[in-house]
Amino acid sequence: MTENTALASGSIMVVGGGISGLTTALEAAEVGYEVFLVEKNPYLGGRVAQLNQYFPKLCPPTCGLEINFRRIKDNPRVKVLTLADVEKVDGGPGAYTVTVRLNPRYVNENCTCCGDCTEACQTEIESFFDFGMKKIKGAHLPYELAYPARFIIHSSVKDSPEDAQRVKQACKYDAVDFEMEAKTLELQVGAVVWATGWEPYDAKKIDNLGFGTYPNIITNMMMERMAAPNGPTKGQILRPSDNKGPDSVAFVQCAGSRDENHLPYCSYICCMASLKQATYVRERYPDAKIYIFYIDMRAPGLRYEKFYKKIKEDENIFFIKGKVAEVSDAGSGNITVTAENAVTGEKVHQTVEMVVLATGMQPTAADAKLPADLKVTEDGFVINDFDQGGMFAVGCANKPLDVVSSNQNATGMALKAIQTLASK
Amino acid sequence: MDKKYGVYICTGCGIGDSLDIDALGDVAKEEGFPVQNHPMFCGKEGVELLKSDIETNGINTLVIAACSRRVNFDIFRFEGCQVDRVNIREQVVWSHPRSEFPRLEEDQKDDGIHFDRVQMLADDYLKMGMARVKKIEPPEAYQVESFNRKILVIGGGITGLSAALDAANTGYEVTVVEKTAELGGHAKTWRKQLPLGTPYEELSAPVIDDKIKAVQDHPKITVKTETVVARMAGEPGNFTVTLKKPGEKIEFDVPYPLPEEMTVDENGKELNAEQLHEKFMEYNKGKVDILTVDPNGEPFGAVILAAGWSPAKPKGDQYAHLGIDLPDVVTNAEFEKIAKQGSIKRPSDGKQARSVVFIQSPDKEDDNDFEYTGAVTSLVALKQAKYVREDFPADGKAFIFYQHMRTVGLAENFYKSIQQDEGIFMTKGTVTEVSPNGDGLIVKAQDTLLGRDVQVNADLVVLAAGMEPATKDDPVVNMAYRQGPAFRDIELFEDYVDSNYICFPYETQRTGIYAAGGIRRSMTTEESIEDAAGAALKAIQCLESVNRGVSVHPRSGDMTFPDFFMQRCTQCKRCTQECPFGAIDDDEKGTPKPNAARCRRCGTCMGCCPERIINFSDYSIDSIGSMVKAIGVPSEDDYEEPPYRILGLVCENDAYPAIDIAGLNRLSYSADVRFIPIRCLGSMNVIWIKDALSQGMDGVFLLGCKHGDDYQCHFIKGSELAEIRVKKIGDALASLALENERVAQFELAIDDYDKIPQIVNEFVDSIEALGPNPFKGF
Repeated sequence: MTENTALASGSIMVVGGGISGLTTALEAAEVGYEVFLVEKNPYLGGRVAQLNQYFPKLCPPTCGLEINFRRIKDNPRVKVLTLADVEKVDGGPGAYTVTVRLNPRYVNENCTCCGDCTEACQTEIESFFDFGMKKIKGAHLPYELAYPARFIIHSSVKDSPEDAQRVKQACKYDAVDFEMEAKTLELQVGAVVWATGWEPYDAKKIDNLGFGTYPNIITNMMMERMAAPNGPTKGQILRPSDNKGPDSVAFVQCAGSRDENHLPYCSYICCMASLKQATYVRERYPDAKIYIFYIDMRAPGLRYEKFYKKIKEDENIFFIKGKVAEVSDAGSGNITVTAENAVTGEKVHQTVEMVVLATGMQPTAADAKLPADLKVTEDGFVINDFDQGGMFAVGCANKPLDVVSSNQNATGMALKAIQTLASK
Repeated sequence: MDKKYGVYICTGCGIGDSLDIDALGDVAKEEGFPVQNHPMFCGKEGVELLKSDIETNGINTLVIAACSRRVNFDIFRFEGCQVDRVNIREQVVWSHPRSEFPRLEEDQKDDGIHFDRVQMLADDYLKMGMARVKKIEPPEAYQVESFNRKILVIGGGITGLSAALDAANTGYEVTVVEKTAELGGHAKTWRKQLPLGTPYEELSAPVIDDKIKAVQDHPKITVKTETVVARMAGEPGNFTVTLKKPGEKIEFDVPYPLPEEMTVDENGKELNAEQLHEKFMEYNKGKVDILTVDPNGEPFGAVILAAGWSPAKPKGDQYAHLGIDLPDVVTNAEFEKIAKQGSIKRPSDGKQARSVVFIQSPDKEDDNDFEYTGAVTSLVALKQAKYVREDFPADGKAFIFYQHMRTVGLAENFYKSIQQDEGIFMTKGTVTEVSPNGDGLIVKAQDTLLGRDVQVNADLVVLAAGMEPATKDDPVVNMAYRQGPAFRDIELFEDYVDSNYICFPYETQRTGIYAAGGIRRSMTTEESIEDAAGAALKAIQCLESVNRGVSVHPRSGDMTFPDFFMQRCTQCKRCTQECPFGAIDDDEKGTPKPNAARCRRCGTCMGCCPERIINFSDYSIDSIGSMVKAIGVPSEDDYEEPPYRILGLVCENDAYPAIDIAGLNRLSYSADVRFIPIRCLGSMNVIWIKDALSQGMDGVFLLGCKHGDDYQCHFIKGSELAEIRVKKIGDALASLALENERVAQFELAIDDYDKIPQIVNEFVDSIEALGPNPFKGF
């Protein structure tokens, strides 16, 4: 075997272990470069790990994630750091010093994933993975296919000495360690790729759409969790107020997006996501009616157009052009959605059993300033400066994108990062 | 390698609580394998124990009976050793609780009636692991005959030039071939281009001239204009490419497959093999066979396909209402050329076009756009509307009729900036008619929002036609591969050279050739430039992987490759035909000529070979066959009512993890099933099924990925090919007087773990209904 060592000089840091970060990290590592993949959550997979299916193939995201995790397992050049926050980036292209804080997991490498700690733990927390739709034990595995396959204990368990004791005693492998403290690392890298992704826009901020007021108004990301076999309802779509399978569902497009008061841009994925979610409902409830309120149905490109066409053939799915102006209580947990035709002012009313807000994506950097010398738009998207080089944003840290385009973009940026090293 | 074996049984995670570990150890001892137990092999002490056994006792072949191979992979990896992971945790004790599968009471042991299903399951898995390690060898990397790092870029448009610069700036030699006389492609015909970045509001001057200059000045880039690929032979790392002038006919033009109409005689009857060959030779007269290497061909290591697109020209009755034959009804590409030449004039009489209608969506009945369009055609209409306003700021008017403005993402900013222009009118509506009106045109439409008919007088009408990939009617790459010169199955993507996979956008059925830009999908310049960088990365990655002798995606890093025992080949050509990646050519007799650097190591060739002459060093007919044979099949000689034995051959990429997750969730299912993970169902050789049944097993099932047009198989057609093989096995079963129902295949996605108990138990029930295999005990 002739290892081409001439190529690999210096290493790359990828911040964010969602689909974009995974792609950049693996594509660079498989060329031959050493990569640090730094993720703030206790697991890799990011946003897509929470999805039930991808559009338009309606395939499970965990399928591709598992392949990517296997690529990591087979490639010693990728070093994964979870529960890790980047605190500071010093230096310039080719020579950065990155300060990374590693937060305590309270579970060490002895963990075998046996599950005894979960069994023993009495502290319950809201599942952030399930957007609070479920309570989970303070000691838990983030999700079944999680990488790394290691449990985590929430700090609230530590705060309850009795429960902490129970959990510690339950572990036969001495894997529970409440003495664990945050550590700081300094890493020398030649390039930094920001794959910090996005957050679902906070639907509570959209006053007129009733999220938080009416329990049966949920967001599209909540819908993904509901439909997922490992979600809070084990794949059943039930309206939260009474766990009834809905006979009618309204999708409100551009909930926050294309709105100067919220997100002035288009979030790229929400139209396709709602079309996809319409299939979730229709698959489970053959008589259910779906109402999609939209401004433009954005299904760009042949494959998306084909998918849209297929959905249009369903006689139980109705498309209504109009921006939803308000929602109101229709009794028995039902909701009346009122849309306004932008030009005529004519109003359309539709009463449904459940409403899904197609909330948009907000870059993570909109709320949390990235600790590096980066140019960022007013909305929080990182602008790539290819003349300067050294640091690059990929995927939704750079602009709203679907998964395919994120992966394209993330593959290309792996090369840009390599060029920074190769030119040194 | 001289193997020295060791078996290590972990008793942690409930294994020791459920199983009789001494009895399990005896299974290993019977095989002559030394055994050690530990309550936590994955812990420090356990690993030390393993390491010291390796160092002091020279153990180099380890069978670790513990958790799934999906976990603790790094902990149980030892330099110079082969390791088999026997999954007695997820697949045995976690999925077969003692509450449902009780252990034997003292008086039940050896009574010829009772047996412990869970213990039997663990015993079998251990035997299977031991059987496997005897049959596997460490891999030796494949090396191409002569390795070349140079990259060929096909297409000198914005994508090709960007890709060339990206590869060259990373240190690679690049040759760009362009079929026309000059570089630049479509971008050279543009007046302005869409915004390339933040704030995405203004049109900019085309960047193409800068790119051309950068390419021409780059010491690592060679440009060949008026050049196309006649044939591309060989494999990644070692391609031999014959270049030629467009239209030239040379002996190294790649042979083309017979068009369908030539494969039948005058009565429409299919020709036989001999006749077909004769026709093929006649059709390709003057061209040398694919196996003849062009002595003057140029060596390349990887290819970036950026041959781009051609503007569609709407034709036919479905567009008749749009006045497509009128001189002043033009496509967006034609309009761009007009605009590039100066002030916008209409073709019919050269009069300035001050009122221009842009038609986005052609159908009267539907709300779709033209074919081969996307966000880019919406954006181009907006861009071109702006030209009208630039040329005639005082009285120029642009009308855009659309169904959906597909300006996704930050492109919305551009849409918004155009909305500010008071001379640009946007109407969501259906265009019903375009007709002449004096010396101009009249466009009639239904306004969807206002619910009324509108009409507009226009000097010029522009249709938002699509971007047809260069591969629509030309293979372009002209691979000298036995499976043919073109990309396979791209009709699934309307002839775009696109990936089937959302997660892996650069994967096609051809290794070492990566498509980018408009040949892959309708894209903006910004997207094409990004895509070019992605394809360049993949080309470089493929080169470096080939140089290391390892596979690329999805088994990236795999050093094994298929080895052919040619003496026993019967030249049936199945491997050549079934390989999803076209890795195998064959000579005139049909003898396979494998190209390991094209191979992705799925094992489809191994699965389809009726002579079983294709094997990998650590994955072979024999290694899996021996695992099958290691499964204990109790008969009436052993027990009054012996348990059933059922084999499950499962896709290791999706089904195997799903089975693990079922275990993690403590979902239980029949303990009479034995799973064997295989690389892909495509690698399933029916001999394993026959072996299982002829040794008395009662049924066999396969778990694999969804197939069909929207397949989820990582190796394209693995699960589909397995299903065909399973269907054909019926005759063999009949000769054994066995029912067809004893063999079945089920689709299982990775997140279907909750369905496993039902699928497994229902199959077991169906076998029990058929009764035991009559061969049991023979």
